[in-house]
Amino acid sequence: MNFYRSHVLVCAGAGCVSSGCLNTMEALVDENAKLGLDREIKVIETGCIGTCDLGPVIVVYPEGVFYRNVTTDDAREIAREHLLKGRTIQRLLYRNPLTSQLVQTYGEMEFFNRQLRIALRNTGVINPEVIEEYIARDGYEALARVLTTMSPEEVVATVTASGLRGRGGAGFPTGKKWGFTFRAMSDQKYVVCNADEGDPGAFMDRSILEGDPHAIIEAMTIAGFAVGANQGYVYVRAEYPLAVKRLQLALDQARNYGFLGKNIFSTNFSFDILIRVGAGAFVCGEETALLASIEGKRGEPRPRPPYPAVKGLWGKPTLINNVETFANICPIILYGADWYGRIGTETSKGTKVFAVAGNINNTGLVEVPMGMTLRQVVYDVCGGIPNGKEFKAAQTGGPSGGCLTKAELDVAMDYETLIAAGSMMGSGGLIVMDEDACMVDMARFFLDFTQDESCGKCTPCRIGTKRMLEILDRMTKGEGREGDMEALYGLAENIRETSLCGLGQSAPNPVLSMIKHFRSEYEAHIREKRCPAGVCQALMSYNILANKCRGCGLCARVCPTAAIFGKPKEVYRIERKKCVKCNACLEKCPFGAVVRA
Amino acid sequence: MIEAPNKRSAQIDVFVGQPGGMLKALHALQSQSEANFLSPADIKLVASKFGVPVAKVWGTVTFYSLFATTPRGRHIIRVCENAPCHVVGASDILAALEQHLKIRAGGTTTDGLFTLEATSCLGVCGVAPAIMIDSTVYGNLTKEQLPALLAEYRQEAQA
Repeated sequence: MNFYRSHVLVCAGAGCVSSGCLNTMEALVDENAKLGLDREIKVIETGCIGTCDLGPVIVVYPEGVFYRNVTTDDAREIAREHLLKGRTIQRLLYRNPLTSQLVQTYGEMEFFNRQLRIALRNTGVINPEVIEEYIARDGYEALARVLTTMSPEEVVATVTASGLRGRGGAGFPTGKKWGFTFRAMSDQKYVVCNADEGDPGAFMDRSILEGDPHAIIEAMTIAGFAVGANQGYVYVRAEYPLAVKRLQLALDQARNYGFLGKNIFSTNFSFDILIRVGAGAFVCGEETALLASIEGKRGEPRPRPPYPAVKGLWGKPTLINNVETFANICPIILYGADWYGRIGTETSKGTKVFAVAGNINNTGLVEVPMGMTLRQVVYDVCGGIPNGKEFKAAQTGGPSGGCLTKAELDVAMDYETLIAAGSMMGSGGLIVMDEDACMVDMARFFLDFTQDESCGKCTPCRIGTKRMLEILDRMTKGEGREGDMEALYGLAENIRETSLCGLGQSAPNPVLSMIKHFRSEYEAHIREKRCPAGVCQALMSYNILANKCRGCGLCARVCPTAAIFGKPKEVYRIERKKCVKCNACLEKCPFGAVVRA
Repeated sequence: MIEAPNKRSAQIDVFVGQPGGMLKALHALQSQSEANFLSPADIKLVASKFGVPVAKVWGTVTFYSLFATTPRGRHIIRVCENAPCHVVGASDILAALEQHLKIRAGGTTTDGLFTLEATSCLGVCGVAPAIMIDSTVYGNLTKEQLPALLAEYRQEAQA
């Protein structure tokens, strides 16, 4: 075995790949070779480290120096200066957005040291394409312990005692699901991993599959033993090609090592896993729709009961859990239900991974104990709102959830408290909006999504969401009417109560929550035909400020509809009727004389 | 452009016996089609191979947004316009692409090189706004970067 004096981790999650990390890594490896360092320094491609907006990201161990936005030239400089001469390159360090201080090491970054990583324990730490690295981090030890020392009942009891709840959205106790499937009598059972992560803004499942695929394989195999299944399926979205590739590679490696297949660890237990790739349908994240899709059919949901634990895939009892839920299983087996139960709050145990995106300094993935407040996540972990702007709202639970406002910044993020605050945990997407966001536009936006993704099987969801969308559309175009809000409430209630599956039942949530918190914005749209945040284009008008206009005529030249007229050296004017609000004049004016209101 | 049926048929034989293999067969046919779509002949082929009515296959194909029933360009540009991308300006990216390619979302360029589509969340919200060309994701985009990016694909097509 080779010993290296330094390990250099290069994040190769999909976010960093899109920022060009593969070229960065190639340059680093190449420069190391030129300098003769390739036998002393090991460059490792890891899964998502979590700081997506800082990519490409490199961490140099043993010092733990964290470099961000590393270009190919920077990578060569790191090889020459840091790896060869031991000098940290200050220019490439991370700067704390709140204190403006340079942060010398990984451990000193608030983004990392406030986190507790259980589901993400290996993501960004190991090379996901090398099974030995997973094994070195206690990988497959939980499976060995389960198969050689535990009974299925004991496994189910451990998961139940841990208090783990489903991380896909509903928060159903995982141990109960395992128990139902265990007790269902059948000659054939299945274990399914739901990796159809469709909630806009949630990407933890992708990152786990890309960064630690063996954790899912091991947990599914444990689940198979516990419930009495010998076949597993992972249903992955087609939008995640990298996750599919790494999972396939991991499956092949696990089979070669005998962790999958016949007589695992020389026991009587056999289990294997197949990948099924989706074809673009949000509703397939709903469990009964997902099962229909695995069967090769239209992914339409069906009424429950019977639940999949009784009648699932091909009519057989099926355990179906989400990726992040499975990612918690092995640590629970290894360290015990008591250990897990000490983390989090009374009813929400363990940690939750949040995918933080939108108007925030550090976008990316963070895993924190349940019960941390929104303020801590937004300001302490993620560095607050950029460009000195104010926090306005955060949407949790994606298109099924609601928003939290400034007044709810100190709300604890756990299942019950979020619901009490009018939102929900959902799969953990956290979209942060600053003062420039229009809450009518956002509600319209989320509804447009659910309306588009409605599978069409039941009437309330298919037609009801359409009617709601039409009303919101009118509002954003300045055609809102008195009574619109009441109509929205009425439709929302009907859709909630009569839709077939969770997609429809929760579709009105964002609208209701946004009206509740930002009623005055809705009133401004309806009564004053005004968009206070200045987002809704149809409600805006453009003007040229006489004191700033120098009469250069640039605006008139870029105007596509000849709506601007005037003479050189005099103040130009915009003819409202002709203006299509394309913003071209505002962008072009060198003197800031064009304003939008 | 439409290949001999026996060749298409051979591409899906492997999936026929598999449980739930029909979606895999459709994926395979579409990815191996020159114009990135499933033709009526493909759909008939799948129906006969799997022993299901043609209507059933049509129903399945049109249910999923990643299957196309009309010819598309060689490269599919998918623009993410979901909430995290939306709040950081995805609509500007889409508008810029429409302007640059002279097509609307859903359309194909006259040279048959690009099809522009809106997509569901690509799951790279940390680097929003993002687009995906075929299976490559590009993040932290500005509209100024787009012409150079597309030029790479054009050059590759000419080479």
